[in-house]
Amino acid sequence: MNLTLKTPLKDEDLEKVNVGDIVYLNGVIVTARDAAHERFLKHGRELPINLKGLPIFHAGPIVKEAEGKWRIVSIGPTTSMRMESLEYDFIERSGVKMIIGKGGMGRRTAEACKRFKAVHAIFPGGCAVVAAERVKRVLGVEWLDLGVPEALWIMDVENFGPLIVSIDTKGNNLFEERLNAINGKKAELLKNLDKLLI
Amino acid sequence: MQDLVNLLSKFIKLVAIRLPDDVYTALKELASRENSHWGKEIYSIMFDNINLALEKDVPVCQDTGVLMFFVDAGADFPHLNVLPDAIHAATVKATEEVPLRPNVVEPFIEKNTGNNVGTRLPWIEWNILPHTSYADITLYLAGGGTSLTGHAKVLPPASGFKGVIEFVLDVISGYGLNACPPFLVGVGLGTTVETAAILSKRALLRPIGSSNPNPMAASLEKILYDKINGLEIGPQGLGGSTTALAVHVEYSARHPATLAVGVSTGCWAHRRGTVRLKSDLSYELLSYKGVKL
Repeated sequence: MNLTLKTPLKDEDLEKVNVGDIVYLNGVIVTARDAAHERFLKHGRELPINLKGLPIFHAGPIVKEAEGKWRIVSIGPTTSMRMESLEYDFIERSGVKMIIGKGGMGRRTAEACKRFKAVHAIFPGGCAVVAAERVKRVLGVEWLDLGVPEALWIMDVENFGPLIVSIDTKGNNLFEERLNAINGKKAELLKNLDKLLI
Repeated sequence: MQDLVNLLSKFIKLVAIRLPDDVYTALKELASRENSHWGKEIYSIMFDNINLALEKDVPVCQDTGVLMFFVDAGADFPHLNVLPDAIHAATVKATEEVPLRPNVVEPFIEKNTGNNVGTRLPWIEWNILPHTSYADITLYLAGGGTSLTGHAKVLPPASGFKGVIEFVLDVISGYGLNACPPFLVGVGLGTTVETAAILSKRALLRPIGSSNPNPMAASLEKILYDKINGLEIGPQGLGGSTTALAVHVEYSARHPATLAVGVSTGCWAHRRGTVRLKSDLSYELLSYKGVKL
């Protein structure tokens, strides 16, 4: 299923979404990756913006500033799994409804998605210019002292996607299934290695 | 020195924006035989992205990495004295002008330097070519996602190639999903972790389509290639028959008591380019045909 959603995201919109669906977003999304998660949850700093109902994007952009205005040059997803240990708490405490990144996330995040009606979705990794094209403008930036990649970039986006849903509000986890399948293949592929002639 | 800095800065920009010819050709070939629903969709977006980056003159991926230079320096290259400083100055210049993402973080103080220069960075690996008057400069921009795959381990020699294959498959099955597949896989074999690791990285610099000149090493490349594709990780980990762009093995002779193995991956947007600088500072782009700086 392909669908377009508007931010802030509502529970009833997200409940319709299943793993494997493709979502496009209109509205506001905010970048947050390693250092922003740590500052909020480990160092106990309040978030400088209200993220309730919004998507966060695991991403660190290339930006350009001209005449006091920021422009996104290139912005693709980063590896979501790095945030796994903190994402449950992040979802619970910030009220975010969608996590966008690359690769899968683990069991704890899937639990949080189920409990707090949120989803995880991936944007194709490395496709950073395609993504930048969908950013209409930068609305603001917070925590820039963390460095450009780690700051919270607040962006107005249009038709932002394709976002492939990898964890849904039922707690289904596409990448956990993928990982199980890959490990199954690996066990097969490692059989009879003694017979290999190199 | 300014001419050299300008030239290198333009070279850095080229590497960040344009995929080298061999990578582009290999991706096209993979895309033509991928049959999975998601895989086809992902390849189509990748090529949109590659074309858009060229059209807009911006980096193909936002993660322009920590700059890593491999210099095959002719001992008679007349600009050797200034080359390290020129590489640093060009890094700062390109970071500002392209722009590149400032990716260099000083540990302990956790501060981003803002210009891609920091303690021991950009990283430069030197190799001296006797009786040679040119310098081949290879730049590799590896993103964080694909660098997280990196592993090296010293096995007891009794593990043999079986142990090597198991190690490589453990690493790729565990980390490959997040390494922006289809990726290039570099495997290094040597005596110690650091030699195996650097050889695995050097393996990523070899042109796609080349085989190790030792037929037995080439055979190991083929076995690993088939097994890695057999994992069916697929484009962006969503499943499919195309997972590896290629597998390259590089090795050194080893100590009788150790068999070290290193694994590195290079994401689909494999940004490594080589420029040959002649003594008069004319140049030849070895990894891009018909392109000028």
